[in-house]
Amino acid sequence: MDLLIEIVYFISAAVFIIGLKQMSSPVTARQGIVWAGVAMVIATVATFGDPVVYSHGSINVILIVLAILVGSAIAYVTAKRVEMTDMPQMIAIYNGMGGGAAAAIAAVELVKVAAGGAAPGTTVLVLATLGAIIGAVSFSGSAIAFAKLQGLINKTMRLPMHMMINLLLFVGMLALGGIMAISGDINPTYLLIFFALTLIFGIMFTLPIGGADMPVVISLFNALTGLAVAFEGFVLQNAAMMIAGMVVGASGTLLTQLMSKAMNRPISNILFSSFGSADGSAADEEVEGSMKEVQAPDAAIMMAYASKVIIIPGYGMAVAQAQHKLAELTKVLEARGVEVKYAIHPVAGRMPGHMNVLLAEAGIDYDKIYDLEDINPEFPSAEVALVIGANDVVNPVARSNPDSPIYGMPILDADRAQNCIVIKRGRGAGFSGIENHLFYADNTQMLYGDGQKMIGELVAGVKSLG
Amino acid sequence: MIEGFTALYIFMLAAFTGYEVISRVPVILHTPLMSGSNFIHGIVVVGAMVALGHAETPVEMAIGFVAVLLAAGNAVGGYIATVRMLEMFQPKKGD
Repeated sequence: MDLLIEIVYFISAAVFIIGLKQMSSPVTARQGIVWAGVAMVIATVATFGDPVVYSHGSINVILIVLAILVGSAIAYVTAKRVEMTDMPQMIAIYNGMGGGAAAAIAAVELVKVAAGGAAPGTTVLVLATLGAIIGAVSFSGSAIAFAKLQGLINKTMRLPMHMMINLLLFVGMLALGGIMAISGDINPTYLLIFFALTLIFGIMFTLPIGGADMPVVISLFNALTGLAVAFEGFVLQNAAMMIAGMVVGASGTLLTQLMSKAMNRPISNILFSSFGSADGSAADEEVEGSMKEVQAPDAAIMMAYASKVIIIPGYGMAVAQAQHKLAELTKVLEARGVEVKYAIHPVAGRMPGHMNVLLAEAGIDYDKIYDLEDINPEFPSAEVALVIGANDVVNPVARSNPDSPIYGMPILDADRAQNCIVIKRGRGAGFSGIENHLFYADNTQMLYGDGQKMIGELVAGVKSLG
Repeated sequence: MIEGFTALYIFMLAAFTGYEVISRVPVILHTPLMSGSNFIHGIVVVGAMVALGHAETPVEMAIGFVAVLLAAGNAVGGYIATVRMLEMFQPKKGD
């Protein structure tokens, strides 16, 4: 029976890697996740054949079945019901659950040692403790990331001496964990303090990070959870967990790097200094010009008689659920012979590819969707750049003002289009709180209102021209 | 038993594999892929089952129960989220 389980784990690990590989192409992606899903089910079923599961009576087995049923049911219902726009925070929460599970596995093993059980080797204890730290930080950190994206926490919070407190927490949990793991002498009280420290550190670590940086943070926590799972896999001598966890740990780290590269900010900058802390000179700067308002019918006429329109969606589009209306606008414009292209900034929305997913949901072909490098040279030849719900990613300050916190971030050159129409709900600054000079430019006109409603009016406007 | 250096070799090879598999992914698939890899670390559920299986005291059983609950949520939630996102990329019939 043990051999059979080993074989199943071996196959599962291989299928996970193949599945991940298939997920990296749009053609095979769906097949990839289904394969991985089958591997997961088989591995779970096979684990019921493991005698360890039955080593302490039937009550444990009943609890296992109960926990699987309840956990799956909750996740199934929430994942089915959630709007596509809220997906990023759901990924954050499911990821946090994985981290929490890894930390809880470590907790069970460490509690056993604390209760006087036979101490495993130092390597096992060290990895169990490391996995506990990483998993717990990912758990509480992801919960904060969820709360921020869900709008439960709106402000970036900073205590006085925040960095100092974090450093103390970090050193404290490492020292306490290290002493317990190396000495092999685990005191229940210390264990409790240890887990409290790790959870608090996860919260304190995530609180000062701005919402705009959340994609990078979620990706980082995803990688961390993978790492924690890999370490607990070693503790439990489970090769499938070791391999799957480490594959996710490595790929997640790469993904995190790609994202912070797209924002042109070193990862350390994102994690250890929030946007707000770097302002001062940039915020005080005078903005030249004034914002000019435009009405939807006029904007519709500009677009209807253009030869090329580039649409730049941002998080605001996701919030307004405007993607379906955009698809309609694209259709009516194309019917008039207007060339419509979409420009997606790598960090538009709250995850890389967030916009692409929403546009695909609305049935917009992905050959109309362009990356930053591909579309930027085209702006000067476009009559209209339509910005909907994007802000920082089109702020020319990133090119011109070295004092600005976003200086150096590659942006979409909407200001270089002949005309720029910005759909915006109100007059406030963007997520980062930085004034957007694009809005004050001579060739920019502001269309104030809810994204979905305004696009609807644009559609009506274009249609009325016959 | 997987010990010392054997474990290190497994970790190293798995890490390079993860790095290679991801490095050729188009940007449009980044979110589904993050979600997919989020699902894959849901394999933690088998570890959680073992942890709860050999839990002895009520405290251990309670923690083990939480472990399985969270892990199952990770796996199922990650799967559904990924499938829903990838469905968007399916060529629509009649289009």
